[in-house]
Amino acid sequence: MRGRLVWNLRVVAALGRRSVMQAFRRPQFLAPIIVFPSLFLAVNTGGAGRAVDLPQFPQVHGFLDFQLAGAMLQSTMLAGVSGAIALAMDIEIGFVDRLIAAPIARSSFVLGRLVATGMLGMIAGIWFIAVGLVFGAHIAGGVMGALVVIAMVALNALAWGTVGAALALKSGRASVAQGVFPLVFVILFLSSAFFPRGLLLEPAQTIADWNPMSLIAEGLRDPIISGLSFGSTMKGLGGIAIVAAIGTALSMWGLRARLRAG
Amino acid sequence: MAAIEIRGLERRFSGGVVAVAGIDLEVAEGEIYAFLGPNGAGKTTTVRMLTTLLRPTGGHAIVAGHDVVREAADVRRSIGVALQEAALDPLMTGRELMHLQATLHGIPRNDGVRRSTALLNRVGLTQAADRRIGTYSGGMRRRLDLATALVHDPNVLFLDEPTTGLDPVSRRAIWEEVRKLNDEGTTVFLTTQYLEEADQLADRVGIIDDGRMAAEGTPALLKAQVGRPRLELTLVTGVNSEHTRAVEVLARFGEPLPSKNGMLMVSLERGASDIALVVRALDEAGLGVETLNLVQPSLDDVFVEKTGRHLEGADKQPAAETGVGAEQ
Repeated sequence: MRGRLVWNLRVVAALGRRSVMQAFRRPQFLAPIIVFPSLFLAVNTGGAGRAVDLPQFPQVHGFLDFQLAGAMLQSTMLAGVSGAIALAMDIEIGFVDRLIAAPIARSSFVLGRLVATGMLGMIAGIWFIAVGLVFGAHIAGGVMGALVVIAMVALNALAWGTVGAALALKSGRASVAQGVFPLVFVILFLSSAFFPRGLLLEPAQTIADWNPMSLIAEGLRDPIISGLSFGSTMKGLGGIAIVAAIGTALSMWGLRARLRAG
Repeated sequence: MAAIEIRGLERRFSGGVVAVAGIDLEVAEGEIYAFLGPNGAGKTTTVRMLTTLLRPTGGHAIVAGHDVVREAADVRRSIGVALQEAALDPLMTGRELMHLQATLHGIPRNDGVRRSTALLNRVGLTQAADRRIGTYSGGMRRRLDLATALVHDPNVLFLDEPTTGLDPVSRRAIWEEVRKLNDEGTTVFLTTQYLEEADQLADRVGIIDDGRMAAEGTPALLKAQVGRPRLELTLVTGVNSEHTRAVEVLARFGEPLPSKNGMLMVSLERGASDIALVVRALDEAGLGVETLNLVQPSLDDVFVEKTGRHLEGADKQPAAETGVGAEQ
């Protein structure tokens, strides 16, 4: 029993390693996770920096501090979409058949992909904290705050990975997964990822109130702009749990459908 | 005990498409069995069911002593699979893929490294082992695919169209490897649309058409069932009316076969001794013969006999002595 568990963990680790390596060897997988959100962060911070002077804007050390959470959120969502594209490509070229024909748990190839997406999320978290610090951001929660943010970014990537996996398993086509990219921006702009909820117009404000991305954005932002607090961390984790629960249910359904279809 | 035993195996897809319509067959241990048929005949669907990638909708199949539905995990432990499109990640190196495949089969790390090295050497990919698979030629990919299928020493090896699209040299290399594996005791179930491949490699051949078994036996037995040699000829002028008249003349000497590429064919009832009589009869009918060829029965003839048509691409059989496969 224990031997079987160790073997399954070894398989998931090997598949996760392969997926991370794949991202580093194919720039189009890594660019949406690191490059696009970094550019978006630079443009947003440079172009809308005066937003901090607006009356309802929270007290922040600088606009970059406020925007870091949005960049990290964008990065993790795009990590999920990139994971979806990579998995769909594996289905298209028959690589998933190779895995299904091996005597491993059939969920292993999805778990391997999720582990990789979580790892890439962690890398993205470290990257954005480092970039923020280099360009003068101030992490109010200190080292512990930064570690909590990185951990939450990794978990959020994992959660979005489940959504991406569901998309890939159900469609089996990379082009479909690719088509989801613009939706990421719609979801983000209808949340408090880039602007405080109070500054959004209706109906965007109401949508943002119900959008779990707002919970995650605020959970990631609080350790940066106001310090670590149990409440905001739990709020962020709650948002991540909602995404993960929906994604896991959908990906299990997608996996069953794919295995049935052969 | 049979290595593969299939009874009434069936697969229906949504929309009422019946890809495999209840086939029966048995493959003995240590045998090379070729599953021959045109595109869409049901070969790949059958292999996907036997390798547990697809659930049958009817009948049952036992592979290496295990039921493909109830004991799917045991089947997967006992078989090696090389699928039609070599399912290889172009971003990995050959060695990385071998190591991954060893991990998938629960082989300890050191053993995996040792076996990978030996298999890469066996299929002639030692020098290319640390290159990305995306840089490999078609033949190298197939050889790597074959090596990955062998990493856990399977009892039964499934090869789905292992040489489709390969140059003759690469095709010969794969055949050679399959023969060696079989000599070492591995049962091989291969699908192919190449007659020569089935003829050269297989101990027994199963012909599948439209999801049903059309014929089964050793290549020699199947050809003997067809029995008679075939006369292929072209007329000096290819006018339709002359074509029809020629068929009438040929019918006196045996059963006319479906024409192929403008070539008339007749299965000679009394064998080669009739050739002169055929030519004379055509001459008397005012029909000039441009080319004439006596062909001994082939598996294509068996296919024609059993299904009433030629096997797709039967006239495009690999010319084994031509072509160069510079791969490393």
